[in-house]
Amino acid sequence: MDLTWSAEEEAFRQEARAWLAANVPANPLPSGDTRAGFAAHLEWERALFEARWSVVSWPEAYGGRDASLWQWLVFEDEYHRAGAPARVTQNGIFLLAPTVFAFGTEEQQRRILPRMAAAEDLWAQGWSEPGAGSDLAAIRSRAVRDEGAGGWRLTGQKTWTTRGAFCTHLFGLFRTDPEAERHRGLTYFLVPLDAPGVTVRGFERLDGDEGFAEVFLDDVLVPDADVLGGVGEGWRVAMATTGSERGLTLRSPGRFLHTADRLLDLARAKGPGAHRDRVVQSWIEAQAYELFTLEQVTSIVEGRQVGAESSLNKLFWSQLDIALHETAAELLGPEAEVDGPWSRGFLFSLAGPIYAGTNEIQRNIVAERLLGLPRR
Amino acid sequence: MRFAVTEQDTALAEAAGEVLAKQAGAEQIRAGWPGGRTESVDAVWRTLAGVGVTGALVPENADALTLGPSPGPGLGLGLDENALPPLMEMLGRSGLPVPAAEIVAVGAPLLAAAGAPQLPSVLEGSALLTVSLAPDAPVPFGARADLIAVPHGDGLRLYSREEVETEPVDSVDCSRRLARVHAPAGGGLLLAEGPAELAAAYGRGVLATAALLLGLAGRMLELTLAHVRERHQFGVPVGSFQAVKHALADVELAVRFARPAVLAAGWAQAAGDPETAVRTSMAKVLASEAARKAARTAIQCHGAMGYTTEYDLHLYAKRAWALAADWGGPAQHREFIARRLGLAGGRTVQEATEESRANGGAAAGPGIVSEGAGT
Ligand SMILES: Cc1cc2nc3c(=O)[nH]c(=O)nc-3n(C[C@H](O)[C@H](O)[C@H](O)COP(=O)(O)OP(=O)(O)OC[C@H]3O[C@@H](n4cnc5c(N)ncnc54)[C@H](O)[C@@H]3O)c2cc1C
Repeated sequence: MDLTWSAEEEAFRQEARAWLAANVPANPLPSGDTRAGFAAHLEWERALFEARWSVVSWPEAYGGRDASLWQWLVFEDEYHRAGAPARVTQNGIFLLAPTVFAFGTEEQQRRILPRMAAAEDLWAQGWSEPGAGSDLAAIRSRAVRDEGAGGWRLTGQKTWTTRGAFCTHLFGLFRTDPEAERHRGLTYFLVPLDAPGVTVRGFERLDGDEGFAEVFLDDVLVPDADVLGGVGEGWRVAMATTGSERGLTLRSPGRFLHTADRLLDLARAKGPGAHRDRVVQSWIEAQAYELFTLEQVTSIVEGRQVGAESSLNKLFWSQLDIALHETAAELLGPEAEVDGPWSRGFLFSLAGPIYAGTNEIQRNIVAERLLGLPRR
Repeated sequence: MRFAVTEQDTALAEAAGEVLAKQAGAEQIRAGWPGGRTESVDAVWRTLAGVGVTGALVPENADALTLGPSPGPGLGLGLDENALPPLMEMLGRSGLPVPAAEIVAVGAPLLAAAGAPQLPSVLEGSALLTVSLAPDAPVPFGARADLIAVPHGDGLRLYSREEVETEPVDSVDCSRRLARVHAPAGGGLLLAEGPAELAAAYGRGVLATAALLLGLAGRMLELTLAHVRERHQFGVPVGSFQAVKHALADVELAVRFARPAVLAAGWAQAAGDPETAVRTSMAKVLASEAARKAARTAIQCHGAMGYTTEYDLHLYAKRAWALAADWGGPAQHREFIARRLGLAGGRTVQEATEESRANGGAAAGPGIVSEGAGT
């Protein structure tokens, strides 16, 4: 057991800290889930890329720094402590990229990854459909082979697409074999959102931002080169990377440690005794999340597989986020209803138990895969 | 950075686990209850002592220190606090009714440091030792221990059972053999004094108890998983019902997030990390809450069977409730952390830190222990 950072990791921390201190926008950017905010965020993310901080764990050839998982954690910690803006490119970088690294052809990797790192191509996740949420294998959007055109024709509808109205590309699952068993006949496609036949309609989220979109596809032609991981392999490819979404890559501890620190500041400002027990409990849980993550990263670094455990991460961080924000609301009293970082954070925290697989689904996974309880 | 228990530390826990698997079933816990044959518990404890459990944190040359240069085998294993979490979790799982945290984590190392002549008998498991650092609280195993260390006068003092007056107290967990202990003025052997020494001893007790709680939680979860797979209602195992699954998933969640905190507290103590006291309190909060959740969920998922004393579950649940409250309950530890984080009395962190320095390592709290150790 050694919970100290190496000299190399410390040096990495100092370098990141210095750059962030000099470059993080002094005033918080408007929400990245609004059109104006999205543009401001892109400017920031391009600056991040120029300094090679946008994808630190990627190979240098793709714009990264070849950073270790430990260094990545250190960077995330510094990023959130510096109060740097939430990443509007995260669905591409944290959800699609691991899939491209694992299943993409070399041509796809070279074509997709550098532009993603540079925030040139902006990726949205097209999994959910009006009739397929938790039951993702129920998707009906289909892709039909067009031999003459040397590709696939996509038709159907995706929904709840985060920042879909502002993104340039979509990665999603489509049914390529209607005869095959539910999970079998699916294929993972990459789709430019400006392709003929694509219609995008933005709509409001709970917090009033126009950050959701419905994406309608009507005979959209996609070349073979934009199939990821093989025809009929969509489910396997998608599932291989859901761990990223539930687990540490999407929600590194830095974010919650930073929120917990802000909560302490608020509690100190409110004076003695204010909801102390709750404040401390939330703070403790943020530390516990970091420690659990360190344990998981050790496992990964030592070559063990983290599987259904990522469902534990997801359950924990989503509940923690709500606890942190509800506690802040208690401290704020009547100020809690004023529009600001805490009330916005609170509204967003409510989405945590829903996206990335609802918490009910995660509890099923924990019970069946980790505890071995019978399926029904 | 490496967050993993070393082989050396797992080896001791595994050796203890082998002994416990063979010799310590629920009948051993029942043997600790009034009317039971505590001799059989003591026999298991001696076997565990034989594999080195009692001497885990005792220096390897402790016998030479206490008894003068002697030809006997070294009695201590000379491990540090990193060894406590895996070992104590294993002991916790077994529910063996002995003051394990009190002996292994607190008492034996203090006896060794003080050069106490009673050390060899404690390390062999022939004398049962108990320790309490909370003044006036009922002392676990006080009604049965041969040696009793309690705060008195200038610090923590060691007495033989004849030297003190003991007044047995009934406990929810009757195997704990609680007693109020009255020590006479004068007498006893001074084991620890001053805030720093007491704080270190207290921290070890808290850490070991947190790990025992993890073990108990794990055992209760296991018993429950086995039950809900077997028990059928409506023609299917009750474990296939989502309400049951989700409740048990939440127990797993609580245990899995408490464990790293307990390991980290062990590391902090061994490494002398400046955040040791806070890390230790965190571990106790998380482990106590996890064990309480495990106990109430286990009882619920067993139905009425969980509400009987004929079935084993209550033996572990009662131990969990006792240990969750012992060595500082969650509220007490959260209160300590609150002070450390500058959330008390409007003081800033700096002020709190200054004060804690002045107090020799921790912010003030009630009683002798918390003067230095933080409850
Ligand atoms: C902020 C946010 C951003 C999102 N971004 C995207 C995105 O970018 N791309 C995308 O594809 N999707 C996105 N989603 C959609 C998200 O993935 C789905 O909402 C989620 O999978 C749940 O599906 P659903 O909304 O259809 O709910 P349903 O599946 O209809 O569930 C309704 C309720 O029933 C429960 N339930 C369903 N099945 C079970 C079961 N088997 N056992 C127990 N309970 C069950 C659920 O837990 C939930 O409480 C986003 C959602 C949110 C809130």
